Amino acid sequence: MAAANPAPPESGNVRLAAFLGDGDDVSIYRAMLLIRRFEEKAGQLFGMGLIGGFCHLYIGQEAIVVGMRLAARESDQFIASYRHHGQLLACGADPRAVMAEMTGRRGGLSAGKGGSMHMFAPECDYYGGHGIVGAQASIGAGLAFANAYRGDGRVCVCFFGDGAADQGQIAETFNMAARWRLPIVFVIENNRAQPSGAGRPGHLARRGAAFDIPGETIDGMSVEAVREAGARAIERARSGGGPTVLEMRTERYRGHSLADPAKYRRKDETRASQAPDPIERLREKILSSGLADDDHLKRLDAQVRSIVAEAAEYAAHSPEPDAADLDTDVLI
Amino acid sequence: MATRETHQETPQETPQETRHEMTDATTFVLMPALSPEMKSGKLAKWLKREGDRVDAGDILAEVETDKATMEVEAAESGVLERILAPEGAENIAVNSPIAVIAPDDLPASSPLALCAQAANDLPEAEEEFVLRITVREALREALAEEMRRDANVFVLGEEVGDSQGAFRITQGLLQEFGARRVVDSPISEHAFAGLGVGAAMAGLRPVIEFMSFNFALQAMDHIVNSAAKTLYMSGGALNIPIVFRGPNGSRARVGAQHAQDFSAWFAHIPGLKVVAPYTAADAKGLLKAAIRDPNPVIFLEHEKLYGQSFPAPRDKDHLVEIGAANIFRAGRDITFIAFSHAVGLALKAAERLSEEGIEAEVIDLRTLRPLDMNTILGSVAKTGRCVIVEEGWPRGGIGAEISARLMEEAFDDLDAPVARVTGRDVPMPYAGNLEKRALPTEADIVAAARKALYLKA
Repeated sequence: MAAANPAPPESGNVRLAAFLGDGDDVSIYRAMLLIRRFEEKAGQLFGMGLIGGFCHLYIGQEAIVVGMRLAARESDQFIASYRHHGQLLACGADPRAVMAEMTGRRGGLSAGKGGSMHMFAPECDYYGGHGIVGAQASIGAGLAFANAYRGDGRVCVCFFGDGAADQGQIAETFNMAARWRLPIVFVIENNRAQPSGAGRPGHLARRGAAFDIPGETIDGMSVEAVREAGARAIERARSGGGPTVLEMRTERYRGHSLADPAKYRRKDETRASQAPDPIERLREKILSSGLADDDHLKRLDAQVRSIVAEAAEYAAHSPEPDAADLDTDVLI
Repeated sequence: MATRETHQETPQETPQETRHEMTDATTFVLMPALSPEMKSGKLAKWLKREGDRVDAGDILAEVETDKATMEVEAAESGVLERILAPEGAENIAVNSPIAVIAPDDLPASSPLALCAQAANDLPEAEEEFVLRITVREALREALAEEMRRDANVFVLGEEVGDSQGAFRITQGLLQEFGARRVVDSPISEHAFAGLGVGAAMAGLRPVIEFMSFNFALQAMDHIVNSAAKTLYMSGGALNIPIVFRGPNGSRARVGAQHAQDFSAWFAHIPGLKVVAPYTAADAKGLLKAAIRDPNPVIFLEHEKLYGQSFPAPRDKDHLVEIGAANIFRAGRDITFIAFSHAVGLALKAAERLSEEGIEAEVIDLRTLRPLDMNTILGSVAKTGRCVIVEEGWPRGGIGAEISARLMEEAFDDLDAPVARVTGRDVPMPYAGNLEKRALPTEADIVAAARKALYLKA
């Protein structure tokens, strides 16, 4: 089974187009900044008690989803774990609906019934948002299976962490994806937070080796490196070459979730100096190359902050779901 | 499991030379048995034609059982003079003649009278053969018809393709629909259940086969957390149109890890529909409905029913509504509620009681979730007594649920406590005598009914 037609239909996702802009460094900077500011705001709302339960922030890992989004076509599918607010925004989901889901409101992406971990935007080809560690790998293989079945040239980009890489279903999925040459790219976001040692350098890129799935270790703090490697892997999948494992070396700055103070990480470990912040890094590049000046970037920041503020405002004031909504959406 | 067995009526030690001298050296080829439990089988294919010269050891035919295809070899050389069991004939009793081999040098006409007699002894008259269908065939027809109707329907599971299905449900599908739509999976229940969910998210209609629902426990996470909950978690944005199907419940002598009934587990979960048919017509109509349903459906088959024949409609669009029970037998004195294989037990118990003038109403639930309480309540309002039969464990079982609902909703209609006849509260034992005691029987149902009717045992 292999993907045949390399020209998938484009559906015209306006918000995604706005998110990616022209795909130049300034647009990329803005995209990553939007995720960063959005997550900072989510952290604030959590601290204020507006967001309950779990809230897993993507701060520090922004270059990965933005790089993969730039490498993919609009109609390629994305699927991820519970740490996925960045994926939602990068696929073109409405920031207001994403934030309102976290506050459990009627205007939330899942009408308040899913929460931070369980959001889906099928109209943007985003398929969750999975709270069970590793579930998205086999589900993502199913999306890729559908692509191969239809021969529509789409590719599934599947994100999971170094912790999830230890789940048994990852090996089961690798086996099927390789056997059927499914058009899927496994993006392992190795933030080295998994205490088992799964995140040793280069280790995860080799996880597919037994299934003849090629792997690469990428600097996940460089949006350009991610974009390049992502483009190669996606093209390989689209042309019928089968799956690729991309191990993204990255760093998240916060605890596992906001309920986790990250006490298991040493202070000098929480912000490794050898891994420069992806947003800072791009900012310096933009300024030194003269692509934009400081004032321009400040204006972008203000623009992004206003989008996030509007989302927070909406999330705080959207009404709670109706009591009658409790029993709906169980079955169609 | 390819087993070669050949049976013959003439004494095995008869040497070929002497056989030729016998006045009637005709040899019957008999229906072989694969196991001591096997009572009958199907003649899948004749590889030789009438009039063909055959040598000892030549493969004459393929015979199909619940579990495997067997090749039938010629024990003697000669001419295949007459085929008694036509290709496709079902329910041929073990040890009944399926063909006649005559010695080369005998006139072909000599055993004809004998053959005619043997043909009359065949268990299936031709007319019956057309009107009746096994549960296995019904399921196969449902799959094939839905795959022809909708290009998004595909089948995936262990041994569904090349091997034609561990229980032959998918026989012939690979040949008709190809490997793209009949997909042999690795032994990876967890991940292929998840893969099915993903394919359903993308708009396909997966039918995922578990070789046994006992193995579906490996996939329980995706069944519950991914398939059942996504519609709700997405606020109605994303539905999962998927069918998980396969045999559930008891099987002869396979022990605790292959023979348990997990109906109650699945019926517990909001977001699933759970179906467990008894008859072939219901198996077909409900499987077609399940494939067309926009929700995840757990389709519980029963290995002991696969080979059972029932009258079946030939209508291509024979659909049975999910969520509707069927009053299989009307009665005024007591209500029996059962599903899947246990319906047969309840019917037999009802017949036995009928000889004493006690008329039991037998309800075949057909669907376990949603539960058709209207039919149950209507019957109990009439009879005032109820016995619920299931193979599963008693605690938290289907019977426990219905019993509680009857107490809540029909307390004033009840003239006796609701009784449950269930599988024993132990893992399934292997030993034949223990296994028998671990499963509900017709006698258990009769005894429970007598108690509910305040009659002497």
